[in-house]
Amino acid sequence: MAIYRLTTPISELQIRKLKVNDVIYVTGTIVTARDQAHKRALQHHKEGKELPINLEGLAVFHCGPIVKKEDDGWIIVAAGPTTSTRMDIFEDEFIKNFKTRVVIGKGGMGNRTTEAMHRYGAVYGAFTGGAAVLAAKSIRAVKAVEWFDLGMPEALWILDAEDFGPLTIAIDSHNNNLFEDIKSRTRNNRKLIYEKLGIQ
Amino acid sequence: MNFEQTTEMVAGKLLRLAVTELPKDIKEALQKAYQQETSSAGKTQLKAILDNIELAEKTQTPMCQDTGTIIFYVKAGAEAKNLDKIPNALRNATKRATTEVPLRPNAVDPLELKNSGDNTGRNIPFINWDIIPGDAVEITVQPKGGGSENVCAMGMLSPGEGIKGLKKFVIDSVINAGSKPCPPNILGIAFGGGADIALKLAKKALLRPINQPNQNLELAKLEEELLEAANSTGIGPMGLGGKFTVIGVNVDYAARHPASYPAAVAFNCWAARRATAQIHPNGQVEYMTHDVR
Repeated sequence: MAIYRLTTPISELQIRKLKVNDVIYVTGTIVTARDQAHKRALQHHKEGKELPINLEGLAVFHCGPIVKKEDDGWIIVAAGPTTSTRMDIFEDEFIKNFKTRVVIGKGGMGNRTTEAMHRYGAVYGAFTGGAAVLAAKSIRAVKAVEWFDLGMPEALWILDAEDFGPLTIAIDSHNNNLFEDIKSRTRNNRKLIYEKLGIQ
Repeated sequence: MNFEQTTEMVAGKLLRLAVTELPKDIKEALQKAYQQETSSAGKTQLKAILDNIELAEKTQTPMCQDTGTIIFYVKAGAEAKNLDKIPNALRNATKRATTEVPLRPNAVDPLELKNSGDNTGRNIPFINWDIIPGDAVEITVQPKGGGSENVCAMGMLSPGEGIKGLKKFVIDSVINAGSKPCPPNILGIAFGGGADIALKLAKKALLRPINQPNQNLELAKLEEELLEAANSTGIGPMGLGGKFTVIGVNVDYAARHPASYPAAVAFNCWAARRATAQIHPNGQVEYMTHDVR
């Protein structure tokens, strides 16, 4: 396991070095996107429309933050990750089209995303579920908000982050998926546990 | 201050304490898990959890963005007066805490699909009542996160399989839940009674401090055995692998119908929030779970 500090824009070369179980901290631009933002971004791409921000080399964060308006700016109050599997149906196209290098969330993602990360060079960084204060602390500023019509949790919040993490690499760009590994290990352990408890 | 005002003030304080500061037994168990975890990914997650808890306490901010569904447990002294004022006081305290702490508005009307915006709605906050001897009123708040609630399990097992069936049900529930309930978890387990009784006892069991062994020796042994079994799954902190899937198992039971074997497993995420206070008739308030400065 190694620890890396990465600054956006992140290159494919930097991503290819990362292996599952490594830990990264991201400095620079992180953009929140949940279901609706993913959907709209792909629709825009299909119609040949530009996105409000070029996502190449950036980190996308599965998060619906609590944001407070103060004077003429915004302050992030809480910004924990949401469950990533809901974005599995969009993420492969998203990575392919926008060259996003880091996907941040909780709970892991499936085969479709794992394959896309392998093919186009991206990683999945697991952030601790619920650790909303820790997340908010490493966000220096809200640079902009786009697509606010989708509502506060679903909008694209463009964040300026400093050492955002720790993010455990749970899917690397070499077809390794830590969550899937743990799941198959757990299936094997079930038999041993049954035996020990005298079941069956 | 009259009784209703005192109750509202105390309940408001309990809500703030619960969401910003974990009780000592939970904090200590998480610290111990961090020291003893051998998986590097698991250790990273536990460190982030501990850092987050410390920051939340220091900044008086909710430790998780999901501040839960608000559930109260009231132990009402049989000699206490004005008990009928309690529901209104708890409801008003919840509304106020939602803007003042703040709490995330988590009460959605399932028919109108509308979020009330203040954490109250039909039957919410939910109040569980017990009558106890004396003239004091004890109030506990349990803000219950949605992620761990979604994997709670209830089964009508076969009486013929007995306790082995229960153990299998618990282990299968833990494995099915995987990373979803934000482990390391606390498990509240109950068997017997009826479907509703088992679930209610299981959820209430989450409130027992995890550093207090069960007074029933047989249950204490069962708790230990289930804790070890759950931690042999390898799911680990946040499902990223490791020794600590569970940091506490609390078991309760009720007598059962000869033909039934109800069993329930309630999950709590690592943010196992609870806060308790006692209100005495002279207005004196004692906080039981937190040091109040």
